[in-house]
Amino acid sequence: MAIKVLKPGLATTVQDLGRPGYYNIGIPLSGGMDRLATRTANMLVGNDEGAAVLEAVFMGPELEFTADATVAVTGADLPPKLDGAARDSWTSFTVKKGQVLSFEFLKKGARAYIAVSGGIDVPVVLGSRSTYALGALGGFKGRKLEAGDELPVGHGKGARDGRSVPANLRRAPGNPAELRMVPGLYWHRITDEAGKHFFADTWKVAPEADRIGYRFKGGRPLDFVPRQQPFGAGSDPSNIVDACYPYGSIQVPGGTEPIVLHRDAVSGGGYFMVGTVISADMDLIGQLQPHTQARFVGVDLDTALKARHEREGLLHKVREALS
Amino acid sequence: MKTRYSYGGDEHIFVEMDEEMSLDAFFKALFITNAVRDAKIKGVTEICPANASMQIKFDPDVIKPADMLSELKKFESVAEKAEPVIKTRIIEIPVYYNDPWTHETLMRFRERHQDPKSTDIEYAARINNLDGPDGFIKAHSGAPWFVSMVGFVAGLPFLYQMVDRQRQIEAPKYLRPRTDTPKLTIGHGGCFGCIYSVRGAGGYQMFGITPMPIYDPNQKISYLRDFMCLFKPGDIVKWKPIDRAQYDATVADVDAGKFAPLMRNVTFSLADFHKDIDASNRKLNEVLHGH
Repeated sequence: MAIKVLKPGLATTVQDLGRPGYYNIGIPLSGGMDRLATRTANMLVGNDEGAAVLEAVFMGPELEFTADATVAVTGADLPPKLDGAARDSWTSFTVKKGQVLSFEFLKKGARAYIAVSGGIDVPVVLGSRSTYALGALGGFKGRKLEAGDELPVGHGKGARDGRSVPANLRRAPGNPAELRMVPGLYWHRITDEAGKHFFADTWKVAPEADRIGYRFKGGRPLDFVPRQQPFGAGSDPSNIVDACYPYGSIQVPGGTEPIVLHRDAVSGGGYFMVGTVISADMDLIGQLQPHTQARFVGVDLDTALKARHEREGLLHKVREALS
Repeated sequence: MKTRYSYGGDEHIFVEMDEEMSLDAFFKALFITNAVRDAKIKGVTEICPANASMQIKFDPDVIKPADMLSELKKFESVAEKAEPVIKTRIIEIPVYYNDPWTHETLMRFRERHQDPKSTDIEYAARINNLDGPDGFIKAHSGAPWFVSMVGFVAGLPFLYQMVDRQRQIEAPKYLRPRTDTPKLTIGHGGCFGCIYSVRGAGGYQMFGITPMPIYDPNQKISYLRDFMCLFKPGDIVKWKPIDRAQYDATVADVDAGKFAPLMRNVTFSLADFHKDIDASNRKLNEVLHGH
């Protein structure tokens, strides 16, 4: 079967759980920015958790189905409609051949995950179906969806209607969002005072927020510990000899606006980083709209590992609830 | 050199060999990287060498961060004792310096440049005390370059010239990054050269363009059929200045599937290089041209 794209939405892409193993040549992890929502959407429609889904940002697409299928929408509160009639998010429903799936305006969050039984069956490139648009790699022709595209869908057994994820298992960021991070990498480049107000200040998501990275504005600029710049680093105090950027790392070019790199991260460059957002909180960033308030909370590695296990526990509960 | 370790959240360890760039720091990063890869440690998912540092990504549910750190420290002492000799490739990359496409782009973003009145190559020549664009091209293409890192975007090589520090070309990045850079632009920022593998934003000075693709996600280009990215850290690059006619001919050959880059296997010794840089580079050049 296939899905006909009537309207593409803003930047709808095919994503699965990503493409690890090629960061050393600049090919990023890719995959759904909200991994919990990606896995959950697949579970609801009876797919493997790593099947390819559609990630719609800020605005939903309009899709016509050429055969019957089970569908579920998770993540952002982007209410689905089937032939114009409201359907519940986080809940499986049947779509009949010829029916059209569309969406209301976004109410909350940023990215919705649309799973279809059988999964979106684009070719596997370097082990993944995820789209890396900057490198024109993977997904549907290496790009976001356009009107007129026909997406192939695999064979799936589907699932019954009305399977739903309990509300307390739907994780979403608070307001202000609290993003926990482990200080490190080049943290020593900023003064103690700057380190204090980095955590004390409330930041705001800037309009430049996408799959590559999220930029934050509104906090005080960070002062640097004076030094003679090392050979090869460049003249600005925020410059380093170009190094790898971890997924989740927080760079602050010029000491002014922090950028958290996400699933389509540039893999390296010449800006210092103050630390790394913990793995458990990366899902939350994918659900932040521009202008949302956010704070960075410094944690140690043990706290990061504990949060990781809590998130894993949440995933386990979702699996149990849907088994 | 002072090695520094840092956790990058709960899934990464970052190792800085040195704050400043040198071939010694790069070799150490490369050797640790290779040792980690050979050790096939369970739970390690990414192993990334950089210019003077390296990074690994791992699953802390499989290997504890503290255990991962002590493994890495073992490799550091192994890397320090290893003889700095690598078997690698030298690749000739044709460059059309002062080409019309990067020229059009640099004129479009002139207000973001340190010196709006000259071109990037004129500016770089002046601040490096080289004799105009011709002197610059001679220095830029005269000695080979190491691929010291691949990244930023897919397949983009960072290059470090194999000359002593006094002869290193240095240039700042644009004051504000451009929103556009032609695909296959030869760029430079700090002490690093690069080839932009895809079109997009960029802040490096622009000196020319190569007709030879280095990244092909569709794997249609003859020499990128086996793998979509040409470069690996540790490759050696030698620029070959070409003119417009040679540029056009090479583009036509690439399109017809007839172009193959000049590429030779070579053994490089860092100790021999330090002993006599020019002699070491001459030897590389002889290997490249089959003498």
